[in-house]
Amino acid sequence: MDMHNAGDTGATRLEDPWYDALASGWGEADDTGGEPGRSRPPAAQAVYTEVHGSAAFQEVRRRYRRFVFPATAAFLIWYLAYVVAATTAPHLMARPVVGTLNVAMVAGLAQFATTFLLTWAYARHARLHRDRVALELRWVTQEMMRGHGR
Amino acid sequence: MTGDQRNLALLLFGVFVAATLAITTWAGRRRHGSPEEFYAGGRLFSPMENGFAIAGDYMSAASFLGISGLIALFGYDGVLYCVGFFVAWLVVLLLVAELVRNCGRFTLADVLAARMRERRVRIAAGISSVTVCVLYLVAQMVGAGSLVALLLGETGGRARAWTVIGVGTLMVVFVALGGMRATTWIQIVKAVLLMGGAIALTALVLVRFRGDLDALLSTAARNSGHGVDFLAPGLKYGGGWTARLDFVSLGLALVLGTAGLPHILSRFYTVPTARAARRSVIWSIGLIGGFYLMTIVLGFGAAAVLGADAVRTSNAAGNTAVPLLALDLGGGAGSTGGTVLFAVVAAIAFATILAVVAGITLASSASVAHDLYTSLIRRAGRTARGEVVVARIAAVGIGAAAIGLGLLAEDLNVAFLVGLAFAVAASANLPVLLYSLFWRRFTARGAVWSVYGGLLPAVVLVVLSPVVSGGPDAIFSGMDFHLFPLQNPGLVSVPLGFLAGWFGTVTSPAPADVPGHAAEHAETEVRALTGAGAA
Repeated sequence: MDMHNAGDTGATRLEDPWYDALASGWGEADDTGGEPGRSRPPAAQAVYTEVHGSAAFQEVRRRYRRFVFPATAAFLIWYLAYVVAATTAPHLMARPVVGTLNVAMVAGLAQFATTFLLTWAYARHARLHRDRVALELRWVTQEMMRGHGR
Repeated sequence: MTGDQRNLALLLFGVFVAATLAITTWAGRRRHGSPEEFYAGGRLFSPMENGFAIAGDYMSAASFLGISGLIALFGYDGVLYCVGFFVAWLVVLLLVAELVRNCGRFTLADVLAARMRERRVRIAAGISSVTVCVLYLVAQMVGAGSLVALLLGETGGRARAWTVIGVGTLMVVFVALGGMRATTWIQIVKAVLLMGGAIALTALVLVRFRGDLDALLSTAARNSGHGVDFLAPGLKYGGGWTARLDFVSLGLALVLGTAGLPHILSRFYTVPTARAARRSVIWSIGLIGGFYLMTIVLGFGAAAVLGADAVRTSNAAGNTAVPLLALDLGGGAGSTGGTVLFAVVAAIAFATILAVVAGITLASSASVAHDLYTSLIRRAGRTARGEVVVARIAAVGIGAAAIGLGLLAEDLNVAFLVGLAFAVAASANLPVLLYSLFWRRFTARGAVWSVYGGLLPAVVLVVLSPVVSGGPDAIFSGMDFHLFPLQNPGLVSVPLGFLAGWFGTVTSPAPADVPGHAAEHAETEVRALTGAGAA
């Protein structure tokens, strides 16, 4: 178990380009983030506001939202429709399709199938359309922070 | 259960306990007492390890025994549970996991604190997290007690009470000494055991029916005593309109509650980056999906092989369907194969409860120490190490409270308690989390109102529900103050949580008038989506 652990974390380190950022000690800057009454230095706020307004960030944000909002709406409606159909229209759900399989069974298995499918689609979308730009923005933001005398 | 089965089950369970204690000692060896280590296990787990641990945290004995039992007794209506528990992971994957990993440090309140530094926000999030944890914890403790009573055949109160005390003590040892690193490894071991057990049993069921699912389903329908109705919804939730609405309410709580469970949220902090958090959720979706599909096969398998009457005779709620199925698949009562398989299933069920309980205790001790203690006790010289000491003490306190409540609540229905924990998580935790990640205008007042506006209705509606009073099965069966017809409050309290957050926000001063509001929102969004400045 121990060896397996070591091997796996090693692999993550190698293929996870964000990992290095942790070693920079930047995370420590936010150590007091949760403390009540403490506010961030104005310089950091200026950096975040500037990055937030940049075209690159707005593109990442747009790509993320344009995927997850419709997808969330779709699977919630599909799930609620399934639950409501199961509780209000049991006769429709009991209609046979093939052999012992009825509409209810097919719909239940379809819920599993769409969940797996959407998981795959989301992972693919994030990997192809978001990860690279987001990582660059992370570096840019942290470079700008250092530039502000941190 | 015969003497042989009992001894073997106890032996296997003893091996598991010894293994987990060894893990705890090993994990505590290199301990240096930092919060990073205690709450997040050093943030160095790989996505696969964390995926197994998330699955281990999520797949409770209530799923393994309870849901397959429901399917064995009520057929298709049990499948509805599986679907709800599983689809919920899409909310976690799409909206929560990565952003929470980027914005937070240890708890739910940390995510909100990234944007709103007011003390009252942290206190509100801490209170609702602890409430959810305690409800879930009591459910698991009650489950542990009745499981042992069922499996060991000791229906006396003493075996039950000692089980609850034993489980509580062990979990305090794991959490207080081993922190997140030990807890994570225990989850991983348990997830592997549970998946292994489920795969073996499913394979045996499929072999019994020669891989013919059609034959499995038609035999199940025939032996259930309900005929083809068994394969369609309506046997459990088909009654009047209240029963139907109750199920819609439960379905809503299940699908939205998962993303608000504190012990699930805290798992995302054990990996180094948001991408790793995403990949852990993908692992866990694969594992959990596979597990629930197997649960469905096991449930119908129990109905087909044993018949619903045999399942019901053993335990009216169906909780013993899978152990009995294992006994039959192994060769029947008295055979060596049956004895071994039964004992293995019983030991896996114990291990499952123990691991889930440890995960929730850790999450609630983090909320007590990191959110409530740091906000309520103002003292100079408070250090991070001191906070970890408080968290360890809190784990002991929560363990004691859970043992006490577990003993008091031992007659409550486990599925009801789990449904309630999900309903509170969906009403109090999810709205505030989503608003603060996605809504520019959201304010501190909105956050506080959202938490209490979901938490209070959920709790009050349960007190006024038919579970607490007004029926022969109610807690106070002698009294009748049930003003709310449904058992699960989700249908009302989840919308109320969202509504309260919206109302609190729009009645706050306009964001343009508050200095720094726009900058704080910009910071949250940049951090959430890029990972800049992540802990």
